[in-house]
Amino acid sequence: MESCNCIEPQWPAEELLMKYQYISDFFIALAYFSIPLELIYFVKKSAVFPYRWVLVQFGAFIVLCGATHLISLWTFSMHSRTVAVVMTISKVLTAVVSCATALMLVHIIPDLLSVKTRELFLKNKAAELDREMGLIRTQEETGRHVRMLTHEIRSTLDRHTILKTTLVELGRTLVLEECALWMPTRTGLELQLSYTLRQQNPVGYTVPIQLPVINQVFSSNRAMKISPNSPVARIRPFAGKYMPGEVVAVRVPLLHLSNFQINDWPELSTRRYALMVLMLPSDSARQWHVHELELVEVVADQVAVALSHAAILEESMRARDLLMDQNVALDHARREAETAIRARNDFLAVMNHEMRTPMHAIIALSSLLQETELTPEQRLMVETILKSSNLLATLINDVLDLSRLEDGSLQLDLGTFNLHALFREVLNLIKPIASVKKLHVTLNLAPDLPECAVGDEKRLMQTILNVVGNALKFSKEGSISITAFVAKSESLRDSRAPDFFPVPSDDHFYLRVQVKDAGQGVNPQEIPKLFTKFAQTQTLATRNSSGSGLGLAICKRFVNLMEGHIWIESEGLGKGCTVIFIVKLCIPERSNESKSPFLPKANHGQAGFPGLKVLVLDYNGVSRMVTKGLLVHLGCDVATVSSIDECLHVVSQEHKVLFMDVCMPDGFEATVRLHEKFTKHHERPLIVALTGNTDKVTKENCMRVGMDGVILKPVSVDKMRSVLSDLLEHRVLFGAM
Amino acid sequence: MDVLSQLQRQLADFLAPLYREGFVDDQFTQLQKLQDESSPDFVMEVVSLFFEDCEKLVNNMAKALEQQIVDFKQVDSHVHQLKGSSSSIGAARIKNVCIAFKTFCEAQNREGCLRCLQQVNHEYTQLKANLQTLFTLERQIVAAGGSVPAMQ
Repeated sequence: MESCNCIEPQWPAEELLMKYQYISDFFIALAYFSIPLELIYFVKKSAVFPYRWVLVQFGAFIVLCGATHLISLWTFSMHSRTVAVVMTISKVLTAVVSCATALMLVHIIPDLLSVKTRELFLKNKAAELDREMGLIRTQEETGRHVRMLTHEIRSTLDRHTILKTTLVELGRTLVLEECALWMPTRTGLELQLSYTLRQQNPVGYTVPIQLPVINQVFSSNRAMKISPNSPVARIRPFAGKYMPGEVVAVRVPLLHLSNFQINDWPELSTRRYALMVLMLPSDSARQWHVHELELVEVVADQVAVALSHAAILEESMRARDLLMDQNVALDHARREAETAIRARNDFLAVMNHEMRTPMHAIIALSSLLQETELTPEQRLMVETILKSSNLLATLINDVLDLSRLEDGSLQLDLGTFNLHALFREVLNLIKPIASVKKLHVTLNLAPDLPECAVGDEKRLMQTILNVVGNALKFSKEGSISITAFVAKSESLRDSRAPDFFPVPSDDHFYLRVQVKDAGQGVNPQEIPKLFTKFAQTQTLATRNSSGSGLGLAICKRFVNLMEGHIWIESEGLGKGCTVIFIVKLCIPERSNESKSPFLPKANHGQAGFPGLKVLVLDYNGVSRMVTKGLLVHLGCDVATVSSIDECLHVVSQEHKVLFMDVCMPDGFEATVRLHEKFTKHHERPLIVALTGNTDKVTKENCMRVGMDGVILKPVSVDKMRSVLSDLLEHRVLFGAM
Repeated sequence: MDVLSQLQRQLADFLAPLYREGFVDDQFTQLQKLQDESSPDFVMEVVSLFFEDCEKLVNNMAKALEQQIVDFKQVDSHVHQLKGSSSSIGAARIKNVCIAFKTFCEAQNREGCLRCLQQVNHEYTQLKANLQTLFTLERQIVAAGGSVPAMQ
């Protein structure tokens, strides 16, 4: 027997069991060899797999396991020693690799597991972000709706449109069944249904404002869900089958104009609110979402702002209308006032004449009567009549003057007069009365007082006479002194007249007159009253004196007109009084004096134009003759021509004036040719057109073509006279239209 | 003296209605003012000239209006002349007729023009008669030793 190195299998070969083991080992080997192949295949396919070397290790482990199982196939039957060695080697290797793999997996598996958890985490996060994005999208949509709504609402300033638009847009955006607005009534105790979306004309439902649900809604600025059965929500009959839709109510603040102070924000406590009620469609199972509620709140705020703007606009329009009405009324009142003033002026103008005429008649005739033979009783009666009528005349004059003064319609008659002579005349006028009362009157004129001055002589005299007259009236004894001098700047300013700022200059001076008497004097407290018209001082002594009380008032007005000031100084009753006034007078120019007497004379006298050579051009024979007769009557040397050519033939340097009565444009042609003939201005006769045409165009045309004057026909003798004198003086006449 | 004052009163009584009825107007008064020692017959001369002028114009106008084709421009210029003359001496009525006449001329209304022409003739005849009476009265006053006062 040969010794074989064969190894016997451990266990006896039981047939069936051996077979099953054999087959299983075979399949295990197959599987173990295919697994790494699959792994390699899939890993190659996937891009990211961080643990490649782990796979290699794992692959090696599996391959070796497979090899082991494969080799064990041979160990079921008699096998040689080589096979056993190979088997042993492979088992050893397998053991090494698998231990290594096992050790390594300890590190790797937790990592792999954590990848899984991270994946789960990310998935959750993604879901959450999705949700949030959904939310943001809805919010953005809401925002868009709000912007659109706001735009719609704010694009109009009409209250009704604003509210209507709000309801319509809200209804559209949120797909509402019904949308209603309840406004507070005037009394503030009820809410009235003012606007609805679906119903055309809401009948005036009202609910009291103190309902708990309403209070709840008004107490917060959030949109709140309310029960569909509350009175504010039961607007329309319930038409759905199952359930009415959810109802939300929100308050709409109504800002009133008076809520706004200039530097303040509106007081929250005094607000009024309207109620907006929104109903989802019934049977829709829709619910109010948060973003929808927010949209409603924002809209409510916007509506409030828009309404307040509309209210402000309404107020300002109302105010403007009111102002316009007031304007119209004021205008009317002003016109009426003007009419009244005009009527009064007319009345005064008439009465001025009507009243004075009989007065003069009475005075004149009574003084004439005085001259005749009278019995003492008659004389007394006539004297009384005269005195009374003089008084009445003075009174009438004063009243009329004062009315005119107050009107401001009185203007000073400025003229040159002799100042010294004026004072002397005053003295002469009062001397008789003074001597009767045994009062001594002195007049002191300063040496630097100008001889002549320019001012209103008559009224200055009136003022001085009044003042001196008063001095005489209120003195029983003593002397009266009148002083007049030129006021220098120191004496101009008086503490009693703080707003009197005289400014002396070269062409005018200030005359200061002081009248001092030793009579009754005046209580210093009553001095201001003296200058008010009709006021009389109540002292016993003065009650005897006559006088209407107008004199000083008129004096003050005259003095003011002369840009001056008048005042009274008195130390008290019985201590006499001094009246001082300052008036502004102008210094006359030398040349003025020589000119003034010349002007009036030129208009007098028939033979004012002796030998003045005049040419008359007129197509019409009759008219020509009349004009010639007119000019001859005025003393001119007249030549007549009946055509333009004849005119140009006859006219010469000696003719001073050419009267042209021709229809334009012939007149224009004639003028132009005359201008051509006489190139030097002073040689040409003055050309005057006589025309029956009164309009401005004719006048302008005449001026343009070079005529020196236009007169309107028919011309009277006086008119022709004044025309000629104006013409010769000014060498142009365009005022006689 | 008595005859003179009687004559003067007669003159005044005669003149007043002339003014009132509009035969003459203010311009006539102005004319009378122009009469003085240097031109004692001024008014009469002017008036005579006017009547001559008027007759001539009326004849021309009648001839123009009888034509088949009326030259309204020419008629208008005649009317304008007449208007000017009548307003120069203060013949108010004639002047007013002329104004109406002008309107018809501008409207080229032949019938209207003929009617106005007739009216002018009528007024002219009346005025001539009146003024001749006036002049006779004035001559009588002057002969009686008085002077003619300017009226109104």
